Amino acid sequence: MPIKSRPIYPGLKLDQRARRHLVAAEGEGALAVLAIFEGKGDAAASATIVYTPGGSAGEDHAEKLADLKPDALHVMPSQETAIVRLNGLLGNAAMGTRLYAAGVEGFIGKVIASGLEHGVDHQSIYTEHCGSLARRVQCVHCKGMTENVTATPFTCSHCGLNLFVRDHYSRRLAAFQGVVVDCETPGELPEIEELYR
Amino acid sequence: MSGGVEIPVRVSRVEQATATVKRFSLEAVSGEPLPLYSAGSHVVVTMAAPDRKIKNPYSLIDRAPDGSTYRIGVLRTRDSRGGSAFMHERVEVGTELSITMPVNLFPIVRTGRKHILVAGGIGVTPIYAMAEELRRQNLPFELHYAMRDAASGAFADELVARHGDKVRLYRDDAQEIIAVDRILWRQPLGTHLYVCGPEGMIDAILAGGREAGWPDENLHSERFMAHVSGEPFSVRLAKAGVTTEVRPDQSLLEAIEEAGVDAPYLCRGGACGQCETAVLEADGELMHHDHFLTEEEHASGKKIMTCVSRLKGRELVLDL
Ligand code: FES
Repeated sequence: MPIKSRPIYPGLKLDQRARRHLVAAEGEGALAVLAIFEGKGDAAASATIVYTPGGSAGEDHAEKLADLKPDALHVMPSQETAIVRLNGLLGNAAMGTRLYAAGVEGFIGKVIASGLEHGVDHQSIYTEHCGSLARRVQCVHCKGMTENVTATPFTCSHCGLNLFVRDHYSRRLAAFQGVVVDCETPGELPEIEELYR
Repeated sequence: MSGGVEIPVRVSRVEQATATVKRFSLEAVSGEPLPLYSAGSHVVVTMAAPDRKIKNPYSLIDRAPDGSTYRIGVLRTRDSRGGSAFMHERVEVGTELSITMPVNLFPIVRTGRKHILVAGGIGVTPIYAMAEELRRQNLPFELHYAMRDAASGAFADELVARHGDKVRLYRDDAQEIIAVDRILWRQPLGTHLYVCGPEGMIDAILAGGREAGWPDENLHSERFMAHVSGEPFSVRLAKAGVTTEVRPDQSLLEAIEEAGVDAPYLCRGGACGQCETAVLEADGELMHHDHFLTEEEHASGKKIMTCVSRLKGRELVLDL
């Protein structure tokens, strides 16, 4: 059953009219970036790429991105540092700059949230989902974020409550909502289901 | 719903802003304050001409702080088919009209970080209101206003007085044209552009925006098309079981209303989509003038926007 509030990522597409391309990629998202700039030297020359290898650290994606000869390539150690760098770039960007995001869902969500903060409409951001289907979930009780949630219910990494993952996605927080499941009889949990089957 | 609640109003003041533009202040007949609205809104004014009712959309310029009046600006168009001529010739202080609740199809985007307002001619009316709202909220904006000559810039002096160097004026008679690429150059990310004016100008500005790599989400326009008159034809409303004539000086929508059938509308300018109606049969060629349906939909001949489009032929049968 398709999840209604779950965001849809139509895939990266090079916007030929854009004057500049600001590309944020995580892990396997690098492959989507390579695909759209393949053979497009001019476009690559006006692209700034922020890349964090994530789980793909063993691969040589960063070198391949460098081979595109982008205007600038920033390889960052984590999603957080990548987003900080992206925010700096967005703060100085002019209209005519198109924003792209590729990688795991949590990362795309953070890029979209950064875009929104800089006045970029989420509909004008190109996105492609690559890699793990894990969700980022916010516990509605302690407000703590747990990354890489792949099953429901799960245990909140902050307050330890058993949380059910609701299909409600907050674009601002770039996270799904987790709500306690066993408040009546603590410890009595429904069967654990894997997300996304 | 066809415009919804109507508010009876009385004209309390008429200003001759230029040779061709009059501004009308409207107050509620009931004496109550008029509803608050957001900048970019319009109302549809119903005028009771001797032989028929004319309904035209006009953008709201402003609302008195105490809500006692709204102001609208009306350009006397040369080929006016009734509405603007009626406003110019027959409406004076004391005339009673009726207006719909304000509707906003041209709102300021709240998440925008900067706003560029572009107006041509009478298209300045919603832009005027938007500049005022942006000023009140202390948001960054610039305003570009093109007019025929100094005498036709009804709002130019007031705009400059209120917003100073945020306003740039362009006069056609001095060969000053709005250079889209210059305006759009180096605008910060999150800037939105709003344009209202003649068709050709809107198209040029929007094309310039796309050319500069601006996404559609940041380009906004409002077109109030003058009614398109044409040849007479007859229309049969299948559900209502009514057949009536559409006169040359009348829109299809007006003819439907005159026949006593309540048809949906909001903008009466071919932009909002509210008046979309299914065509059951057409003995003739559909003359589409709207900006809402896609080209394929126009070609399919299955739909018509009653507020601006018509038939060139004998009879049109609608699912109404
Ligand atoms: S009333 Fe808006 S398109 Fe006809």
